[in-house]
Amino acid sequence: MGLKGIPQQVTRLALMFLLVGVALVAARHYFIPPTFGQTGHYRGAAVGQIVGQGIKYAGRDACTECHPDIVEVHSRARHQTVACEACHGPAAAHIENPAEVKLLLPRDRSFCPRCHSYDPARPTGFPQIDPIAHNPVKACIGCHNPHTPVPPNTPASCAACHGEIARTKAASPHAVLPCTECHQTSAQHMDTPRASTPTKPATREFCGNCHATDAKSPREIPRVDLASHGGRFLCWQCHYPHDPEVR
Amino acid sequence: MRRSGKVSGYIYPNEIELQWGLLIVLYPYITGLVAGAFILASLERVFNVRAVEPTYRLALLTALAFLLVAPLPLLAHLGHPERSFEIFLTPNLRSAMAMFGFVYAWYLAVVLLLEIWFDYRRDLVLWARRERGPRRWLHYLLTLGATNISPSALRFDSRAGRLVTIIGIPSAFLLHGYVGFIFGSVKANPWWSSVLIPIVFLFSAIVSGIALVLVLYVFSALVRGKSIDMLCMDKLASFLLYALIVDFSLEMLDFIHRLYQSEESIKILSQLVSGRLFMSLVILQVLMGTVLPMLFLALVSPAFHGKKAIAPTADELRRLVYLGSAILIQIGIFSTRWNVVIGGQLFSKSLRGLTVYKLQMLGVEGLFMTLGLLVLPFIILFVLIRVLPPWPEAVAVETSHEAGDPAVVS
Amino acid sequence: MGTERRDETGRPAEPGSLDRRTFLKQCTVAGPILLVAGRVAAAAVKGTGGYEAKDHYYGMAVDVSKCIGCGRCADACKTENNVPREPVYFRTWVERYVIQLDGTTVVESPNGSIDGFPPTVSEKGILRTFFVPKLCNHCANPPCVQVCPVGATFSTPDGVVLVDKEYCIGCRYCIQACPYGARFLHPETRTAEKCTFCYHRVVRGLTPACVEICPTGARIFGELKRNSPLARFMRFSKLQVLKPHLNTEPKVYYADLDAEVR
Repeated sequence: MGLKGIPQQVTRLALMFLLVGVALVAARHYFIPPTFGQTGHYRGAAVGQIVGQGIKYAGRDACTECHPDIVEVHSRARHQTVACEACHGPAAAHIENPAEVKLLLPRDRSFCPRCHSYDPARPTGFPQIDPIAHNPVKACIGCHNPHTPVPPNTPASCAACHGEIARTKAASPHAVLPCTECHQTSAQHMDTPRASTPTKPATREFCGNCHATDAKSPREIPRVDLASHGGRFLCWQCHYPHDPEVR
Repeated sequence: MRRSGKVSGYIYPNEIELQWGLLIVLYPYITGLVAGAFILASLERVFNVRAVEPTYRLALLTALAFLLVAPLPLLAHLGHPERSFEIFLTPNLRSAMAMFGFVYAWYLAVVLLLEIWFDYRRDLVLWARRERGPRRWLHYLLTLGATNISPSALRFDSRAGRLVTIIGIPSAFLLHGYVGFIFGSVKANPWWSSVLIPIVFLFSAIVSGIALVLVLYVFSALVRGKSIDMLCMDKLASFLLYALIVDFSLEMLDFIHRLYQSEESIKILSQLVSGRLFMSLVILQVLMGTVLPMLFLALVSPAFHGKKAIAPTADELRRLVYLGSAILIQIGIFSTRWNVVIGGQLFSKSLRGLTVYKLQMLGVEGLFMTLGLLVLPFIILFVLIRVLPPWPEAVAVETSHEAGDPAVVS
Repeated sequence: MGTERRDETGRPAEPGSLDRRTFLKQCTVAGPILLVAGRVAAAAVKGTGGYEAKDHYYGMAVDVSKCIGCGRCADACKTENNVPREPVYFRTWVERYVIQLDGTTVVESPNGSIDGFPPTVSEKGILRTFFVPKLCNHCANPPCVQVCPVGATFSTPDGVVLVDKEYCIGCRYCIQACPYGARFLHPETRTAEKCTFCYHRVVRGLTPACVEICPTGARIFGELKRNSPLARFMRFSKLQVLKPHLNTEPKVYYADLDAEVR
């Protein structure tokens, strides 16, 4: 016997589902965080919590107020793209409390090679040294003021900034050739390298000076008939002059 | 998970730790058994396959026991299981995982519990009338007070149960299909990202579910000292074989498709399959878990020739072959889940390297926890069998004065 | 623009802002206090002098040819954001690619580059070699946000993808869904974590720590929809993104990116 002809099973089940439904609605009302859905399907208060995280690095402008002389020098020197905190560590706490919180003053020889030790993956033109061979034992800052890291002696060879090329060439048949044999550089190139680039040989005859069949050059140098070899291309458009035997 | 020393090639630094471990392998295995057992039960109810009737109630209880355990590996795996209810409160409707809570709740409440209720209600009422003590009250409670067992009420039960089963079949497909979709929809992972994964998951679920019920039926008959209905077994085995053939074809299709397309990920995935996953995929999943059972079943089961098998065998031997195949299948399907879940994380998304999974023994993600979670459904099943005996001899026979008299119990 | 100093790293100095010292005092001390007092207004972010997210839209560019692989960015990020120092948790890292003449490519990122790189193969065998910084791409169509079941990770109106660690349940689906390996599970909070573009710095007019610290200006941060050093860089460089075929619409743009980079 059911309610007005509705089977008993249905009424009992409907009651069960109703109870569960009410419980769910109540749960939704009480347990969904109040800021949920304000700006999207997430808890609005989360943004405030994330933004409340403490700051450790103060930023590049923060040092000017107390150290204007250093910043002045540094901003015109080669390290101008290097943030103060890149070498001295996070400074926000120091700005809070300059007397008690001191910053790192890296003086050890192991510090600078992190950027400046030789790695062929580093872009060409980036000054690199071999940390073992380059003035052993001496502190880097003994010769280079880190705020204006001009080398005490102007590097005579291009290898100081073009290490990968120099090393590749040194193991190739062109090892005896100085860089200036093929490239003309002005003094500007050391100061503004990308604005004042060295020249490259502009003619096939240039390489022909040594490599043409009738060239007056030492016998060991491989010869090629310029008229028939390579068509209209400049030699270095196929051959890598720093390691001419490589593909 | 500790850092492994066996990384080969390059992996992104954050990929050293596998995020989804053994517990996440366990979850699709368990839901697969649920879906498979239910689909088997529905064969009898909806498609009137009379032969498998002896396993009908057992299959339903098996599905329920495993369904109750299914969320546990997930809860154990979460970083914050105490926040898991957020899936119900603020589900992200674009997330396949968010749908888990609702599909699970739907399946549990609207399909499985209802079907069991409608099927058992008459017996619950009659048992409650005849028993004494706590068992009487338990059975009465389970009737929800709907104690009318007049012929019209019973006809309603039958029709309602049939309707629930009809809804239940696509629901079972959905329950396990969406687990496949959780993996298949991840475009970042070329091992998972595939249209076929939900289908493969589903058919391997059907295979494992039928195999499980087969094992349980044999085991329970032996324990209770009852004879095994070979007609039922033969029918189960033939359905197992059909499902196995479809499952195998789908997996081969996926394999051939990948090799033929030869997409960017093929190099690292080939290394994965021939190296890290060789044992679990080629040997356990394909050979031992699919090909061998398929061969055995094709030989001895009368699936294709009506009453005759290709290699006719005596009942006892055939029973053994079925049992052995069903056990091999369980190992194979578990390996399948392992190969999908763990396999998908053993190679780097940079497509340049492989890592290893260090299986822990202790701890929440450990082997012992997993074994415990595998044993738990059988314990629950044992309890369910006590409360709701699925055996033919437990079905209450009405005496004429009990029928149509709702006043007797309340 | 008056006396504002601009360099390749793109620091937007706000006109009329308080002097740095006072500003920083507010951030580090008053910020958390302000949070506790009263409810946050939906649009303006508290403690930041009225920052409105809808007025901004951020991205980043990486000039691969400038990166020297020093690892200062990865180190600064871990310092600024208190990321555990174990070599398995990174919000950003730098990879070194060595493409050899025999066609093989070797990629490595030892401790995310924080301790530098070991010596590589001899120059003779190298065809190309370079460094590539990696980080969360703060995608405009983020797969991680799509899969989060509870809404714990989200995109802000100014284009930054963040994680709410009070709400995250630690299911790690977002970590699986990220094609770039940018996410990890924090061992202590047991929630997902990743690069936030140093949002706590950005809303106060600072740049992310990695951008701040990069000595060569390989990382450029700024506004995508307004004049900024980033916008200028994007005008003059041919740009690529990682895994464009996945249509995640990354907002980290790489100039001079090699085909071997994944």
